[in-house]
Amino acid sequence: MLRLALLSVLSRRVTAGLTLLAIAISVAMLLGVEKVRRDARGAFANTISGTDLVVGARSGAIQLLLYSVFRIGNATNNISWETYQDIGNFPRVLWTVPISLGDSHRGFRVMGTSGAYFEHYRYARTETLQFDSGGPFVDVFDAVLGAEVANRLGYALGDKIIVSHGAGDVSFVDHDDKPFRVAGILRPTGTPVDRTVHVSVEGFTAMHVDWRAGTPMPGLAITADEARGMDLTPKTITAFLVGLDRKIAIFDVQRRINEYSEEPVLAIIPGVALQELWDLMSVAENLLRFVSAMVVATGLLGMLTVILSSLEARRREMAVLRSVGARPLHVFALFMSEAMVFALAGAAAGVVLLYVALLVGQPIVAREFGLHLPIALPGPGDWWIIAAVVAAGTAAGAVPAIRAYRLSLADGLSMRI
Amino acid sequence: MIVEIDRVRFAWKTGRRDILDITRLEIAAGERVFIEGPSGSGKSTLFSLLGGVVSPREGTVRVLQADISQMPAARRDRFRADHIGFVFQMFNLVPYLSMMDNVVLPCRFSHRRFERAQTRSGSPEAEARRLLVRLGLEPVELLGRPVTELSIGQQQRVAIARALIGAPELIMADEPTSALDEGARKRFLEVLSEQCDEAGASLLFASHDTRLGALFDRRISLGELNRNGTGMPGQTP
Repeated sequence: MLRLALLSVLSRRVTAGLTLLAIAISVAMLLGVEKVRRDARGAFANTISGTDLVVGARSGAIQLLLYSVFRIGNATNNISWETYQDIGNFPRVLWTVPISLGDSHRGFRVMGTSGAYFEHYRYARTETLQFDSGGPFVDVFDAVLGAEVANRLGYALGDKIIVSHGAGDVSFVDHDDKPFRVAGILRPTGTPVDRTVHVSVEGFTAMHVDWRAGTPMPGLAITADEARGMDLTPKTITAFLVGLDRKIAIFDVQRRINEYSEEPVLAIIPGVALQELWDLMSVAENLLRFVSAMVVATGLLGMLTVILSSLEARRREMAVLRSVGARPLHVFALFMSEAMVFALAGAAAGVVLLYVALLVGQPIVAREFGLHLPIALPGPGDWWIIAAVVAAGTAAGAVPAIRAYRLSLADGLSMRI
Repeated sequence: MIVEIDRVRFAWKTGRRDILDITRLEIAAGERVFIEGPSGSGKSTLFSLLGGVVSPREGTVRVLQADISQMPAARRDRFRADHIGFVFQMFNLVPYLSMMDNVVLPCRFSHRRFERAQTRSGSPEAEARRLLVRLGLEPVELLGRPVTELSIGQQQRVAIARALIGAPELIMADEPTSALDEGARKRFLEVLSEQCDEAGASLLFASHDTRLGALFDRRISLGELNRNGTGMPGQTP
């Protein structure tokens, strides 16, 4: 019966092809949504490790996590350098790394930090940042580029770059009086680090030394060399990362920081904030899954329509099959098999389609969204989805199959036209 | 006796008027019988009954001494596959199967016919080829072509080959010539009779065209046989 079903489907190439395509697209979409969801979670979870607490001005935990670690959105407020120093001296605090944000370079965020960043930052559980060439900042006006920044903008060691004020893609005010020199280029990490221009907090301060209230002070122009001689200790920073000597102390230190009376600050545990983010996202994720599932259902409905509409024209064929000894059950099995052929071939084509789309889309997604989608074999979750689609398609085949069964019982050998 | 019908009544739906009411019908082995009757006289219904697709409301239908009216549906289906070959008016072939696959189709449903074809020619395919050559179809050139591209005359001959493969004892042809022109009709009848003779099969040939009756051993008028025939257009075209 499977062979008959296969030949029958093959004989209707155009309609069968379109039906297959509909199923394939829906399967590819369902698997694609699942993959992006999984990979996005993986990428987010892999972005920061080894950091026990992230501290910033008091706002939402998710917001703080997004702007400090993922370079998404902006800080509402800064915290003072004194607070940073103070908390750095809390017991159990092993190290702190300052983060200053707000400027950009040709669409990439510029982050002021210290040399300790390259030492303490961890991603993908245990990986440390590695220099592809050069090294950390030495001079005030040194910059370390993420792999993608260097790659996309074609920078090499020693190149001069000019930082723009503000985080937007297009900025009208450049810090063109104080160019930075590329001192180091990092290896790719698959995290937002790749898309970041790192400068020292001192360099960050120097850029703004002749600025007040977000604009250059008229008549006050301080050159880079003059700035070098000044005290460049920042007055404020955006956030800072904290490492503790004992993990068990995390909650204690977090509470102490949150109760810090000099300034309203917020300390978050990255993993906990990430979990909060997932909880927030799960509604959207489930909606997306639901929509994809509906698209699959639509594809299978299309298949049902095609099989059902062919039924009338195939009553003669059924009578012929009955005459050579096919039982009504055979006719039932023939139509079930056809649905199964559709579902199997559709799912297979969907998988192929997904991988083609991945091959084409991978660099685009990586460039536009910074999300690396690894091309890997389907995981167990994917196989479950594929199996479910094939099962649903075959089960849906029962509708035309039962109809065909009834028709073949009623028609017998008479050739109704 | 290859066919024996005794006091049979049949209605397509319970409670409806009987379409067939036949007191007695006997057909001997090897006999070639012409069943004549206008549309609606119950020819196709009679064939469905003899083929075991339906069961009579009353009475017994014996084919090859077996009382098929008492058999459960599954056994009737197997019995039909084993012992009866059918040729219909038109659209005899499964459109998505090759000529070869169409001819060997009964061997896929009947082990008996598979074995008999194998004994005769070595394999069902070889037997199909032999029959097709005998029927004047040169399979070598036609085998690869879709059956839908064959002429109606050719399609009907392929249908004969399918009915004959595996040597079933009874061949039933329901208006097999009505789609053919005069010349093709004559050739078709000659080939069919010849092949049934050669295979030793009995032939039941139903048609509304009484002129064909002269070519058969015996003619039966279904209108006279069936006490409930109406002669009105009904079950079959």
